[in-house]
Amino acid sequence: MDVKVNILRYNPETDRKGHWEEYILEADPDERILDLLHKVKWFDDGSLAFRRSCAHGVCGSDAMIVNGENMLACQVLVKEVSTPIKIEPIRGLPVIKDLVVNMDSFFDSYKKVMPFLVNDDEPGERERLQSPEDRDRFEDTTKCILCAACTTSCPVFWTADTYVGPAAIVNAHRFVFDSRDNASKQRLEILQDIDGAFRCRTAFNCTTACPRGIQVTKAIEDVKRETLTIN
Amino acid sequence: MKVVRHSFDGVIVGAGGAGLRAAIEAAPHMKLAVITKLYPTRSHTGAAQGGMSAALANVEEDNWNWHAFDTVKGSDYLADQPAVDILCKEAIDSVVELEHWGLPFSRLENGKIAQRRFGGHTVKEGEAPAFRACYAADRTGHMILQTLYQKCVSMGVTFFDEFQVLDIKIDDGVCKGVIAYEVATGDIHIFEARAVTFATGGFGKIYKVSSNAHSLTGDGPGILYQKGIPLEDMEFYQFHPTGIYRLGILLSEAARGEGGILRNKDGERFMERYAPSIKDLAPRDMVSRAIATEISEGNGAGPNNDFVYLDLTHLGAETIKQKLPDITDFVRTYVKIEPIDEPIPVQPTAHYAMGGIPTDVEARVLSDANGTILPGVYSAGESACVSVHGANRLGTNSLLDIVVFGKRAGQSMVDYVSSTKPMSLSDNAAEDLSNKINKLMSKEHSLEFSVPRIREELQDSMEENAKIFRTEDSLGKQTEILADLRDRYQNITISDKGKVFNTELLEAIELEYLLDMSDTTVASALHRKESRGAHSRVDHVERDDKNWLKHSFAFKNGNSVKLDYKDVELGNYEPKERKY
Ligand SMILES: Cc1cc2nc3c(=O)[nH]c(=O)nc-3n(C[C@H](O)[C@H](O)[C@H](O)COP(=O)(O)OP(=O)(O)OC[C@H]3O[C@@H](n4cnc5c(N)ncnc54)[C@H](O)[C@@H]3O)c2cc1C
Ligand code: SF4
Ligand code: FES
Repeated sequence: MDVKVNILRYNPETDRKGHWEEYILEADPDERILDLLHKVKWFDDGSLAFRRSCAHGVCGSDAMIVNGENMLACQVLVKEVSTPIKIEPIRGLPVIKDLVVNMDSFFDSYKKVMPFLVNDDEPGERERLQSPEDRDRFEDTTKCILCAACTTSCPVFWTADTYVGPAAIVNAHRFVFDSRDNASKQRLEILQDIDGAFRCRTAFNCTTACPRGIQVTKAIEDVKRETLTIN
Repeated sequence: MKVVRHSFDGVIVGAGGAGLRAAIEAAPHMKLAVITKLYPTRSHTGAAQGGMSAALANVEEDNWNWHAFDTVKGSDYLADQPAVDILCKEAIDSVVELEHWGLPFSRLENGKIAQRRFGGHTVKEGEAPAFRACYAADRTGHMILQTLYQKCVSMGVTFFDEFQVLDIKIDDGVCKGVIAYEVATGDIHIFEARAVTFATGGFGKIYKVSSNAHSLTGDGPGILYQKGIPLEDMEFYQFHPTGIYRLGILLSEAARGEGGILRNKDGERFMERYAPSIKDLAPRDMVSRAIATEISEGNGAGPNNDFVYLDLTHLGAETIKQKLPDITDFVRTYVKIEPIDEPIPVQPTAHYAMGGIPTDVEARVLSDANGTILPGVYSAGESACVSVHGANRLGTNSLLDIVVFGKRAGQSMVDYVSSTKPMSLSDNAAEDLSNKINKLMSKEHSLEFSVPRIREELQDSMEENAKIFRTEDSLGKQTEILADLRDRYQNITISDKGKVFNTELLEAIELEYLLDMSDTTVASALHRKESRGAHSRVDHVERDDKNWLKHSFAFKNGNSVKLDYKDVELGNYEPKERKY
């Protein structure tokens, strides 16, 4: 079947601002949106820029807006979206070219919440023990692939890009609720800041956007509640 | 072209499991940079699913010698046994270390790390399948990659994200640094460094149906091969039995480890005929051949009889949800069926390179079949061939390989840097690369000589002629096809002439590596007149230990390939017929 695809193009070397380009592509309904982008790049316009690697939703490279919603282009099939298919870069981060945005501030926010296990106790020669129940408490937030779909769907982030954003809070959650970690208090103090968790207005966009099915809003609520306990 | 200079003691190329593990070891002792064409967390280690083996004995009696026996037998006796001993012995501490760094392994009721069964892993040298694979649901690789990256963040390791290394500088046999291309700007960066580790991962993109990411194009092996360094055991490429039909997306062996069964169109559990004792948990080469045989004998399912079924319907919703959540989600997303209720259409998918850059057990790169060391250059992970996997890798042994030998690469860098003085590179070090890029930029674009055209023909023909079953004829034919593609590649053109995020340019350069990987695979396969592990010659069906218990070394010789050989290092286990 023929599919009409509109892509928001922007090349900083030639364009002053973004503009829509239309492509008519021969496509199979079972193909991924990512396959359509490859068709444009490989057989029509080699300069189209987008990130991708794994092509099955595990590396987090290709978050973009498809028909108004954030998703991974490799995780959605042509038959699941209405045509014409509108594709544009995720919002709130500076566009480098076409569908590629600058991720620096996103990763800076991630690094702010101490996204690593802190435990200076002597661990011994074997593994630390952790019960399946304790392990379960942070299972959901271990799934994050840092794709930025959540953060760039957040209305608070759009207006205040200093807000750490849902992805950073998800990664804080992953450690705050890990029974082996000893730095919850420090992390929660960081998230108490004016640009931390309390900026969240529970819009739920992030939860809808997350391609890993993480209950992002719930994780933020968990963190907010935990923050109250340290004061 | 803007050229920027940097000076480091050591550089690691690649930020998957192997590169990050090397960085953790090396960073405290030198001025170190990790250069990666993808953001570290996008590396394909993150796609690994099933597990990482170590004889922790958390579920049942186990010891590392049994693990070593299984690895050697699985390798069809081509692995170097002293290297396998290191792998299996150091496995235990490696898993524990990852746990201490925060890796959220799945747990047993008693709080210890959970372990599951996997193909080819047994207790007591073949008695029964072993519970040896440590896992975190079916996203073990994701957790390893995240944990190693988190550790690097806590240590303040210096990263150059989305910088692609395209050249290495070796003067008079001594390493002096690498040249990289900054994807966002098109600037060229000269990195002075006397120790360089390549941890660039695999090259599954030489085949059409593959579990590998688009980025797995064999850059490290390609860069070195073009400088005259040989590639070892390239004829041994692993096809994983269970890729999603047509897409190639992997469904981990963990699915069979948890009790999943392969069935042909009649619903028969055909592995009972091929491997009576461990059936569906036989090593991958055997299962993939069994599937290919079922299909060629007309027992495949579907209108074209070209797939078989992976049946999980008897496992129950709870087991699937707890232990195989991600892979069953892939099935729901891409095939639109519910694996709790329906069997899944699968076919073998190109998966893992046993071959690669030859190294010793200290991850030092070897420049010939006599064991000559190339000073300052190291490799670890899927880009390297130690060889611990021989002719066929066992599942879960690669995640192990990347941490065990990644660490050793880091240690070797430290030893080398502490005993040598800084090297300097002149400003014209980037000249070769600038010339290559300028040539691509100045040539007028023509569709006939476009990257996708040549790449598609390459992948289709490799799939057709150099996959699971090979013959003199198919490989001879493929040699001619590759020669033609190589000729056309000399005139390759691109349409994007910009500096910013010009991934078309990078795909053009990567295509040359894919051609290098294919040339060496096919030449090594054509010469090896026996069947061993993943290399299956229909015209030479027996394994021939008298003539072929040796590793192949493929050298670049103009536009063709020259071969040399090195004996396998044996140890405790004498080669025997491989039965399961
Ligand atoms: C779907 C799947 C499932 C798997 N499951 C398992 C499993 O359960 N157990 C197991 O043991 N093994 C498994 N494997 C195999 C295992 O995951 C890989 O072999 C291993 O992760 C490779 O790690 P690596 O560090 O060598 O390379 P990768 O993780 O692929 O990393 C390569 C790195 O090199 C960088 N790079 C490449 N070229 C350049 C360049 N030119 N310049 C700069 N940087 C560059 C990339 O950016 C990346 O950071 C699986 C593999 C796949 C595909
Ligand atoms: S929480 Fe979900 S949407 Fe947000 S970065 Fe992680 S995976 Fe992406
Ligand atoms: S390409 Fe990896 S998530 Fe889409």
